[in-house]
Amino acid sequence: MTQVTYLEAIRDGLREEMERDDRVFMMGEDIGNYGGAFKVTEGFQARFGAERVIDTPISEVAIVGAAAGAAHMGLRPVCEMQFIDFLSCAYSILTNYVATARYRADLKTPMVVRGPCGGYVRGGPFHSQNPEAAYLHTPGLKIVAPATARDAKGLIKAAIRDDDPVLYFEHKFLYRRIKEDLPDGEDIVTPIGEARLAREGAHLTVVTYSAMVFKALEAAEVLAKEGISLEVLDLRTLLPFDEDAIVASVKKTNRALIVHEDTRTGGIAGEITARINERCFEWLDAPVRRVCAHDVPLPYAPTLEDFVLPQTDDIVKAARWMVAY
Amino acid sequence: MTTAARKAALPAGLTRAQLLELYYWMRLTRSLEEKLVALYRQTKVVGGLFRSLGQEADAVGSAFALDRTKGDILSPLIRNLGSMLVQGATPIEVLRQYMAKADSPTRGRELNIHFNDLARGYLGQISHLGDMVTVMCGVALSFKIRKEPRVGLVYIGDGAMSTGAFHEGINFAAVQRLPLVIVAENNGYAYSTPIHKQTAVKFLVEKAAGYGVAGDQADGNDVLAVYEVTKRAVDRARSGGGVTLVELITYRRKGHAEHDNQGYVPKEEIEAWEARDPIDRYLRQLETSGWASRADLSAIDARVTSEIDAAVAQCENEPFPAPATALDGVLASAPAADLEWYRSL
Ligand SMILES: Cc1ncc(C[n+]2csc(CCOP(=O)(O)OP(=O)(O)O)c2C)c(N)n1
Ligand SMILES: [Mg+2]
Repeated sequence: MTQVTYLEAIRDGLREEMERDDRVFMMGEDIGNYGGAFKVTEGFQARFGAERVIDTPISEVAIVGAAAGAAHMGLRPVCEMQFIDFLSCAYSILTNYVATARYRADLKTPMVVRGPCGGYVRGGPFHSQNPEAAYLHTPGLKIVAPATARDAKGLIKAAIRDDDPVLYFEHKFLYRRIKEDLPDGEDIVTPIGEARLAREGAHLTVVTYSAMVFKALEAAEVLAKEGISLEVLDLRTLLPFDEDAIVASVKKTNRALIVHEDTRTGGIAGEITARINERCFEWLDAPVRRVCAHDVPLPYAPTLEDFVLPQTDDIVKAARWMVAY
Repeated sequence: MTTAARKAALPAGLTRAQLLELYYWMRLTRSLEEKLVALYRQTKVVGGLFRSLGQEADAVGSAFALDRTKGDILSPLIRNLGSMLVQGATPIEVLRQYMAKADSPTRGRELNIHFNDLARGYLGQISHLGDMVTVMCGVALSFKIRKEPRVGLVYIGDGAMSTGAFHEGINFAAVQRLPLVIVAENNGYAYSTPIHKQTAVKFLVEKAAGYGVAGDQADGNDVLAVYEVTKRAVDRARSGGGVTLVELITYRRKGHAEHDNQGYVPKEEIEAWEARDPIDRYLRQLETSGWASRADLSAIDARVTSEIDAAVAQCENEPFPAPATALDGVLASAPAADLEWYRSL
């Protein structure tokens, strides 16, 4: 066993795949000698060479487009967005070209685009985004968002091995805060599309992912003292998400609360709510509800950011309301 | 008579008062950033801190070439604090932004120098590099459509020039012959990436030819040269001559932001540029040319210190914004964003 942070787990996963498969290579801004803005790829250029760890110009469209071309040719590119907020610069190529390549042209495009997402870090409106909803609506992409170090590692490895384009959203708040013991020598691969039961419970299912998993678990601790038992389902994959796991849990607890850090309107929680209604309506003892960020760009000041984003106490109160319904 | 004879002729068509003003703005920029570093170390700056050490002449000299009486507008980047000060942004506004105060120009919503006042003549950037070139196209287009003799100026880094937005923006401006000056700041690096990994041209100004716009270049650490080269471009724009790409050769003497220890930069390189410090250099020039006395300069230093101290004293204990103010102003006509249901439980 070795204790690793969430960030180190991503790094280890990337390194193991680079070692295992010489088709894997990386592109991004400042990822080489500097090791990336958050140092995820520290030491990689020295270890694997500048041809496999490529410092690119500040050109997100070209990074994603070049990855697609290289992927067609049989390579396995991993692109880093310095912050996931800059992925929007490559929105067109990603949604129009990359996502449709298999369906419309039978082109293989096995590539990964990864980068730091998420708030609670005083990053302001352009270094805190959770852009999953913008890509959720795009058939042809996969989206993963790990919460634990084990899944951070397991999902980056699965994403690289996947035959389709995968967006990998790593939460910067978790980078150095999450530490776990991971077994040495185990080839940890987390299957894409499978949720994880983060906590078993009886009264209410919290469906969540990424950093909100920990807020949900904190809420579960608080509520346990009141005799309320939360089940926490960590989706891990957002597209395609594990509908069966959600349905199974909701049929057991008869209540579902969906929690995400992204804003409410048009967020993934709406889609999950619809699926629950489609498959669990008769089992529900309370309306499906959401705890999401307020519908505003994420502001910078601590007082504003903390107000806009969901907090543990919000989940506690929402869960109490639902159980009392 | 004898003292006047010893003085060199005033340069660049500037008055003595203007020469002193240039010094004031550069000194204010540097001292304000130094104060921000101190506040950052006391964790009073909420987010990251970006320095323009060694680039003050670039920001100040170029902005000074705009005409504030005519309503010229510029769009700065993180290292162009000096340009915003020249246009009339005040130290307390900058401090409040960094410290996320309720009374900051963006009411705590945005960080560092991401703020604007179109009346004073600056349009704040967003983080997404290159985008402001396109937005400034629209600002300049409004001048053209309304036949106003106004000019726009937008800064772009050696790194940001690699974005698609930059390319689309400069090409659009060129085709429309907009009254726009594009100042390309060649400071050697984009974060850790040296310029040769960013572009295959030796000098950024070479790109002007490819867009069919005028190109010009100057030593970005010589405030008078910066002023003159930008003034030419501004005059060209104002007289209907279209876009100029002005390259300023300078150097980023600090890391990308305060957290970055610049380990990727050879020490000798930084030292060599220290010797070309734009403020030291201008001070020598002012004194040896007889354009300013030691007393003039000390008076400016004292003024800068007292202005900054007063601004810090005033805003240091100001409150953060009230939480619920986060909800208003997303749209013009709609009510504030909904308070999420869970907050009313
Ligand atoms: C589209 C986009 N991609 C990446 C970034 C992250 N980023 C912020 S500043 C920077 C380097 C900018 O370098 P340069 O344009 O040379 O300006 P300088 O910092 O040297 O003033 C990078 C990569 C960004 N802000 N926008
Ligand atoms: Mg630069």
